[in-house]
Amino acid sequence: MTKLISRRRVLAGATNVVGASTLLLSRPLCGLAQTPKPITVGFIYAATRNDFGWNQAHAVAAKRIAQLPGVKLIEQERVPETVEVERVMESMIQLDGAKVVFPTSFGYWPFIQKIAPKYPDVLFVHAGGLWKDTDPKNTIGYRGYMEEPHYLCGIAAGMMSKTGKLGFLGSKPLYFIFNNCNGFVMGARSVRPDATCQVVITGDWDNPVKEAETVNSLVDQGVDVIVANVDSPKVAVETAERRGIMSCGYHTDLSTLAPNGFLTGAEWNWAKGGDFVQAWQTGAAYPNLFRGGFRQNMVAISPFGNKVPKNVQESVLAARQGFIDDTLKLYKGPLKDNKGNQVLAAGQEIANTDNPFKLSVKWLVEGAIGSTGLQ
Amino acid sequence: MTGTFDLGWWGVLLAVVAGAIRVSTPYLLVSLGETLTEKSGRVNLGLEGTLVLGAMSAFATCYLSGSPWLGMLAAGVAGSALGLLHAAICNLPRVNDIAVGIALFIFGIGLAFFLGKPFIEPRAAMLPALPLGNWSDNPAIRSAFAISPMFFVGIALAITLEWGLKNTRWGLILRIAGESADAARAIGLSVNRIRTLATMAGGFLSGLGGGFLSLYYPGNWNEGLSSGQGLMAIALVIFARWSPLRCLYASLLFGGTSAIGPAVQTVGISEGYYLFYAAPYVLTLGLLIYSSSPTRTLAGAPSELSISR
Amino acid sequence: MPARARGPVSVARHAWPVRQRGISTDALESLLLSLIAMAAAGVLFGGFLAVQGHDALAVYRTLYLGAFGTRFSIESTLTQAAPLLLTALCTLIPARVGLLVIGGEGAVVLGGLGATLAGVALGGAPEVVGTVMTIAAGALAGGLWIATAGALKHFRGVNETISTLLLNYIAIALLNHLVSGPIRDFSQTLKAQSWSIPKGFMIGNIPHLSVHWGLIIGLLVCGGLHLLLRHTTLGFAMDILGGNRRAAQLTGLPIGRLILLACFLGGAAAGLAGAIEIVAVHGAASESLVVGLGYAGILVAFLARQNALAVVLVAMVLGGISASGGLLQRRFDIPHAATTVLQGLIFLCVLASGTFRGRLLPRRGAQ
Repeated sequence: MTKLISRRRVLAGATNVVGASTLLLSRPLCGLAQTPKPITVGFIYAATRNDFGWNQAHAVAAKRIAQLPGVKLIEQERVPETVEVERVMESMIQLDGAKVVFPTSFGYWPFIQKIAPKYPDVLFVHAGGLWKDTDPKNTIGYRGYMEEPHYLCGIAAGMMSKTGKLGFLGSKPLYFIFNNCNGFVMGARSVRPDATCQVVITGDWDNPVKEAETVNSLVDQGVDVIVANVDSPKVAVETAERRGIMSCGYHTDLSTLAPNGFLTGAEWNWAKGGDFVQAWQTGAAYPNLFRGGFRQNMVAISPFGNKVPKNVQESVLAARQGFIDDTLKLYKGPLKDNKGNQVLAAGQEIANTDNPFKLSVKWLVEGAIGSTGLQ
Repeated sequence: MTGTFDLGWWGVLLAVVAGAIRVSTPYLLVSLGETLTEKSGRVNLGLEGTLVLGAMSAFATCYLSGSPWLGMLAAGVAGSALGLLHAAICNLPRVNDIAVGIALFIFGIGLAFFLGKPFIEPRAAMLPALPLGNWSDNPAIRSAFAISPMFFVGIALAITLEWGLKNTRWGLILRIAGESADAARAIGLSVNRIRTLATMAGGFLSGLGGGFLSLYYPGNWNEGLSSGQGLMAIALVIFARWSPLRCLYASLLFGGTSAIGPAVQTVGISEGYYLFYAAPYVLTLGLLIYSSSPTRTLAGAPSELSISR
Repeated sequence: MPARARGPVSVARHAWPVRQRGISTDALESLLLSLIAMAAAGVLFGGFLAVQGHDALAVYRTLYLGAFGTRFSIESTLTQAAPLLLTALCTLIPARVGLLVIGGEGAVVLGGLGATLAGVALGGAPEVVGTVMTIAAGALAGGLWIATAGALKHFRGVNETISTLLLNYIAIALLNHLVSGPIRDFSQTLKAQSWSIPKGFMIGNIPHLSVHWGLIIGLLVCGGLHLLLRHTTLGFAMDILGGNRRAAQLTGLPIGRLILLACFLGGAAAGLAGAIEIVAVHGAASESLVVGLGYAGILVAFLARQNALAVVLVAMVLGGISASGGLLQRRFDIPHAATTVLQGLIFLCVLASGTFRGRLLPRRGAQ
């Protein structure tokens, strides 16, 4: 019970980070000619930072940021979403001289809002994308549209599944989990209209026994591809592999965990944080709110598993190109929820950047078996 | 995957039965260990710490040596080491065993997390399962009946202990120490020595329970691995009224109810899942209320036991 | 030499010896023993670190810096200690009547839930009234929760340690259920949390100090409780019951009422801690209530032995260790769990030191 229940999600696989750092270097920065002034950057994690999940993704991004000129990295993990994180941020600022702080868990946000005005010379970067006009200008919210890579996972799953039954393991009843689930189901049904997806909400960010038990139950129901939206999908992916079914990853590259059954995975690309650090270092402008999908390079997919044939890879990559070109919309009519209500009429489209619509999602699309427990 | 049938509600039943077997094993091992300890008149409330340290030791040893069975041995040894520490402190006069248990709970978890940090990312070899379902073509059935040998070890232990506590010399010695320390001393037994051995044996079994978690199911080492199995197993001992055989039934029941939540959601029932997940705790509390009595101690409770008074 | 414990001796008697000798000698001895035990734990922990290749002295210097070294560190320590002052009482008060309650975690949750619901329901009430009622509702909810365990013990003989353990899990499930749907604020997108209490009901920081008012409330409650337990008939009656149930029966004490009251007060203290988390920190109920405050309180209660005033000191020490844990991570790359190991060692050493009680200091008169 020293276990702290916490929220954390996000991950950047090594591949993304490499890609993003190239991006950083390719961009001309005004201050790059002279030596950048030294800056201390603090990362705060809700749980252990080598968890094959959300925290590790940020830790990987942190390591890349530490390699930027003049940056000194300090890290602290297992910080609960209580007044304690406030103290930790202030401690990094007061005792270690941190000038940029990355509190990486969602629930840290109210504490950031509270102390940011006290330290105008410090930049607070939060992985949540919650920033509003009334919030302090020295705070940034950023976040990726994770439903887009889930749509691609769904395409791979739909094409590879033999039974047409997929499984989605969710942690908490939150809007982005539902969007991810919807993306996964719609992706699968775009290539296999009769595909169904059983949805199980475990209720915990981190409960390995429950996750393994859920995967086993899904397999017993005939499900042959799963994706797990929990803090660390490692257990779910490994259990799926042991049961001989296929799996998609989440947060980070999990392909090594399931050499036989891994298809691809939905990954974050948090390396954007490096841009903000450099902007703060050089006095350049920075956005206060940055959201994006493939088009904005905030999300990515994992390398394909060994068993994924060329035609499947091509379909997935074509859809990714669709997101990049903005020719493919995630939510488009005709669309029904899984209770038969019409959500979008034929011809109706929701822009991929329409965040208010996504925030309002409390339903699952047709083909998903289960409910959000809301409405 | 061509042999998969649509099992529907039969799938739920199968998942619950298979889940009961998978989930129950750590509960069974820990509760048998605690039964032994409590029969000698001591309570070790720190078995959660023992379990977690056992899980870490098993995983680390298996990762470094490549042998899951060596890992299980390491888990047992680490568990008995914590048991010895518990016993050594409790052997001092006027030290409360429950408090020492809580301290060990904290200490064991701290130690496991501290030393286990480098082992969160690597993968280790897993304990093999016995493929008892090969008679069936159905992969769900085959998998449900791929059962860990540790489960059968647990059953064998439960039966042996049930019989041994009643019918053997050491069983009698253990029970005397648990029923009346004075009587034990009067016939020349060293109560502290008996209790030390019983606590170490209990620690050994709890360590194995942890090893099962990290090397078989769910088969992983991380800081969230145990969701309180070691604590709940202590409740199960009281629930089973200190009978090893009833520990077996209680563990299976608890494992089965734990499996209901995920299983019913897979057929589309997803309202109130948190309440489903609380089912095992509510059930245990309900049965305790039903089986307890204000006028007598629970039948089977060792008289020396602080927790049964 | 005290006689070796023989035959049935209650938990309470064992863990919480009723004072038999002069208070001053006892108190001095307790303090000395605890200090020696903590020093021993410090040496053991230092050895543990040295084996890991760390410079133990440098670690201790940093530990001091992070806990008490600067004004900022002291504020951090006080912030960490504030909730522990109250959650410790959830174990401490029932222990006075011989019960071992470990349900602080669940009572904190219930307290937080009760406070939130009351605060939301009272929206529009005058601010002071609202704050007071909100906090009181939290204490009431926590109190009733643990009193349930007391009632089960008294009327059904259900072991209170086990029932409070189970009640923790049930409370957390209840919280998760409620904030995931029935009382959920859907405008909060990244976290399942309840409706918020009115802003005006929130209590802020103590003036000139980055510590919220919960600290003062905790200190007052500990002080008041000390008076109640040490200097009133009620406290004396509880001690009799805790020390010897038979004696309590013979003297005709209302055992059931004492048990229920002790459990209620303990639960109310933890519920108060949960309520303060709501009115001083979160403003709404969520999983952030479940961060181990209740479990840490058990540790504080045991280390403070039976003394409500000692709770204050122990909470400061443990709060300081927690507060400096982050600095250890950052400066030495020592895992977070190091502070857990240190706390476990202190706990073990203090318990072991209990065996020397009554033997360390010479006493006047026969003993």
